[in-house]
Amino acid sequence: MTSNALQPDTDPAPLLDIRSLAISFETSNGTVDAVQDANLSVLPGETVAIVGESGSGKSTTALAAIGLLPGNGHVSGGQIIFDGEDITHAGPKRIVELRGNSIGMVPQDPMSNLNPVWKIGFQVRETLKANGRPSSDEDVARVLSQAGLPDAGSRAKQYPHEFSGGMRQRALIAIGLSCSPRLLIADEPTSALDVTVQRQILDHLASLTREMGTAVLLITHDLGLAAERAQRVVVMYKGRVVESGPALEILRNPQHPYTRRLVDSAPSLASKRIDTAKARGLSAPDLLAADPGQQSGKATAADVIEVRNLTKVFKLRSGLGRHADFRAVDDVSFSVKKGTTTAVVGESGSGKSTVARMVLNLETPTSGSILFDGVDITTLDKKKLFEFRRRVQPIFQDPYGSLDPMYNIFHTIEEPLRVHGIGNKESRSRKVRELLDQVALPSSVMRRFPNELSGGQRQRVAVARALALDPEVVICDEAVSALDVLVQAQILNLLAELQADLGLSYLFITHDLAVVRQIADDVCVMQKGKVVETGTTDEVFNSPKQDYTRALLAAIPGAGLDLPPEAA
Amino acid sequence: MSKNQRTQEHFVAPVDSAGLPETDAVQDGREPLSMWGEAWRNLRRRPLFIISALLILLIVAVAAFPQLFTHTPADGACYLADSNAGPAPGHPLGFTLQGCDVYARLIYGTRASLLVGVITTVCVVVLGGSLGALAGYYGGWLDAVIARLGDIFFALPLILGAIIVMQLPMFRENRNIWTVVLTLVVFGWPQIARITRGAVISVRNADFVVASRALGVSKFQALVKHVLPNALAPVIVTATISLGTFIVAEATLSFLGIGLPPDIMSWGNDISAAQTSLRANPAALLWPAGALSVTVLSFIMLGDAVRDALDPKARKL
Amino acid sequence: MTRYIARRVLQMIPVFFGATLLVYFLVFSLPGDPIAALFGDRPVNEVVAAQLREQYNLDQPFIVQYLLYLKNLLTFNLGNDFSGRPVAEVLGQIFPVTMRLAVLALLFEAVFGIVFGLIAGLKKGRIFDATVLFVSLVVIAIPVFVLGFLLQFIIGVKLGWASPTVGASAGWSDLILPAVVLGLASFAYVLRLTRTSVIENMNADYVRTATAKGLSRGRVVTVHILRNSLIPVITFLGADLGALMGGAIVTEGIFNVPGVGQKLYQAVIRGEGPTIVSIVSVLVLVYVVANLLVDLLYAWLDPRIRYE
Repeated sequence: MTSNALQPDTDPAPLLDIRSLAISFETSNGTVDAVQDANLSVLPGETVAIVGESGSGKSTTALAAIGLLPGNGHVSGGQIIFDGEDITHAGPKRIVELRGNSIGMVPQDPMSNLNPVWKIGFQVRETLKANGRPSSDEDVARVLSQAGLPDAGSRAKQYPHEFSGGMRQRALIAIGLSCSPRLLIADEPTSALDVTVQRQILDHLASLTREMGTAVLLITHDLGLAAERAQRVVVMYKGRVVESGPALEILRNPQHPYTRRLVDSAPSLASKRIDTAKARGLSAPDLLAADPGQQSGKATAADVIEVRNLTKVFKLRSGLGRHADFRAVDDVSFSVKKGTTTAVVGESGSGKSTVARMVLNLETPTSGSILFDGVDITTLDKKKLFEFRRRVQPIFQDPYGSLDPMYNIFHTIEEPLRVHGIGNKESRSRKVRELLDQVALPSSVMRRFPNELSGGQRQRVAVARALALDPEVVICDEAVSALDVLVQAQILNLLAELQADLGLSYLFITHDLAVVRQIADDVCVMQKGKVVETGTTDEVFNSPKQDYTRALLAAIPGAGLDLPPEAA
Repeated sequence: MSKNQRTQEHFVAPVDSAGLPETDAVQDGREPLSMWGEAWRNLRRRPLFIISALLILLIVAVAAFPQLFTHTPADGACYLADSNAGPAPGHPLGFTLQGCDVYARLIYGTRASLLVGVITTVCVVVLGGSLGALAGYYGGWLDAVIARLGDIFFALPLILGAIIVMQLPMFRENRNIWTVVLTLVVFGWPQIARITRGAVISVRNADFVVASRALGVSKFQALVKHVLPNALAPVIVTATISLGTFIVAEATLSFLGIGLPPDIMSWGNDISAAQTSLRANPAALLWPAGALSVTVLSFIMLGDAVRDALDPKARKL
Repeated sequence: MTRYIARRVLQMIPVFFGATLLVYFLVFSLPGDPIAALFGDRPVNEVVAAQLREQYNLDQPFIVQYLLYLKNLLTFNLGNDFSGRPVAEVLGQIFPVTMRLAVLALLFEAVFGIVFGLIAGLKKGRIFDATVLFVSLVVIAIPVFVLGFLLQFIIGVKLGWASPTVGASAGWSDLILPAVVLGLASFAYVLRLTRTSVIENMNADYVRTATAKGLSRGRVVTVHILRNSLIPVITFLGADLGALMGGAIVTEGIFNVPGVGQKLYQAVIRGEGPTIVSIVSVLVLVYVVANLLVDLLYAWLDPRIRYE
């Protein structure tokens, strides 16, 4: 069928063999082919990763193997063979037998995958029972502690909401592996977790499956993570397998243009290359904005924003009339130099977004000061504040949420101009066209509404709106976190270009150190409301002084991969 | 054929001659559509919506121009000789106990029922909607006060509250459309207030609201320009369904003899009058009851269809 | 948990005071002679009027009047009706009847609403679902007094399956027809609520995970989908018990059920102000307590609430 079936048949029989699989969905707009002609196989005990962007069909392919396609989807062609048995159209009884016992699953989001009204122990026990395993309290505790849950006996008596995200994911791993399946489907098992937790859990999952000899089908959007965890990688794009093969080979020598694009854009992989490019005094034009000549000028630039001893205490209600103090931001100081980018990095709960909101003057600090252009913004009167708003603009994480769905693109971008009474109708319309051009969107999108644009396009609109008032500082709160890697790379490039062209200063809030590497000049690492480490990006990445920073760096997926300096 | 050999190999799919499309290219296909535009397109394909919209149009026409639908004059004389008589030429539905034409009363009764429903709904949306929006948007003590106030009115079900008020002498003696509307508004606003409050709370922290504040839009302007338009959908749905509820409430009060006065022709009054002769002349009760039910059903169906069209989750499936 | 209960109880107190104050204010503080008002269209009977002045302490300042009324309410000292019987005694007699009626109606709406709602939800988009949905809209649209007369006429008069009127004894079996009438609208709400909730839960991630664990379809439906879907439904049912008792006025009037609603109905028809005020106040009390119980029930059903 394919031209590459030439080698002699010496491999062991695959545990899972998916042949020319096609899956289609019935929607109100007709039949949609979600997966076409997908081939992949998993050998016993092997880890195979499917990599792709959202909508690439990677999860759909894996879910089909366990008979979990949504109600409107069905296998429209090809075969799924598990352990020599064709299970493509297996009856409901047979599929129920296979699930749990032979094929386990670890789902993506630990917050929504445990039933909130049943205790953890109950949810483990019913798995054991349904698959005919012993299910005493001890068995439940054993399964949970195997997955790395401390104090499993008493933890089993708790409800999911009493668990942290990482603990829930361990419980889900326990459930997925409780009946020692031969194949485990892990669908983005850690993408909802902080990087450090992510690493611990993936390590644990790897050692468990190695011990049990379980094969793993790992689904991820992160090429670095896939290469680090899997022996083989299958790259999917728009429902088709575009490339598959040994993980490192694909990374080092991507053949298909899409895979090449992916390798070029993956931040976790790209960071290494920028580093080397910088070291050689070169800038990879696609990834790095400022040239080295400018770099030296930046070091002496004046501070445009200076944050001094910033503290924010929230009052949490803890019962009748009583309050508990929660120090979300604790004595934080850093600065943003004119024309450069300062990144504030931290995991969830580090207080980084609260810092952003205070710098935007949307939240009042409990103490400390924020100097913008030498003036403390917490003391501004109404008129000065209005003036300040013109000079400092935000870009938010969620491009779906940051544009008013009722406003078309023209009105969205025009709003700041109108609010600040700039120009007349005609000149504003001209300005909107200019701005769209700046963010590389055709002016034909002006009449469209946000729901008609893709995530990346919406984020471009958000950038255009932020630039409408010719601000000096742009605060990017996780501005690229919700985007697929390729789009993310595009937006990062756009931001870098705009900085070079317009001399903008960025305060870049993110949880993703890999992205920091690509865009920031200075870094400020936060943990639990406090600043752990500050320095230039090179300093922090090359010689981190604090354990926490080191842990964060080590947790970047793909950080440990040995890649040649110039892959692309 | 066995494809096991494939497993260790580096497979590359053939590249399309067209090459890869530009990442995240803009697709200029169809006409731009706002959320409401899309909802409308979705809505007008729903049979539930078409049927209910046509029925409501008919009901409104009857209420506005009753003389177009019957030749019997509004103050059409009733002849006791016709008491409980069956259908006769020109009187297709027969006569009531008092010898009035059932069909003519049905037609003329439409206006009062519909007026009470529409005016009450408008007042309730304005009053309850503003209170709910302010409570949800500003929060704090304002929210606490309005929420508790709403709870108090909630503890007194619509009909019970209306019974208390309508039996008071100042209401008993001045029974007309306005006193009924006033009573229903007083006890009907908390529901809309709750819905609006919830909708506003779900929108008020949206990034686009924060973004507009960061642009320099004032807090109240952001409420009017960004929060309210986005919180409108559930309010419209609830209001449409409430319109039906208020029509029923008026009829129930009239049925209990404390709603509209007997000299105003309304379905509730007709049902109330017909109940004594139910066994002898069920038609006199069933026709106005049917008209009432169909009217209420039309509004409930309309609300249901609008909800389905506006609910993005429902649209996805 | 205790904190949650305490907060709910504290929130209920102003609601109770507010609602009773509202009722009292409406009756006694709006312009006009309240005594004349309480007599409605009837001539003022001086003996009764004197009794009323005493009962409602109309010579005292308003706030004292209200507090005394509240005290009377909480000690069930509710005064006499126009025929001279103490309202409290009358209520003691008729309350159980209405309770029976409401419980029957609740059972009816719960059993049928949940069963039909579950099936409709599981078979979303099929003919059964569409039919049930449309019928539920029709049921909601028909006012209870129309429904009452209709069923009374068809089942009671034409078919003769049940007695069209209940009469003094008001046994369980006599109350079935009125209970169905009373519960029909709520049945439709329960059905729709169950259906929506089932559909929501069917698409929940944890249901997919439960399926992936190897559980049988039956177990997934009962233990995961149904159990979670019942939380809002049971909450609705609890609140509905109070509403049914208050809403029984029309049903009891039509079927001549000797309950609270009928007493209220008669009082409205005859314009017996004091009786109306007393009964409505008691119903408000029932409603507030029922809502409190629902909140507790909710906390019991949903472990997430307990740790709020």
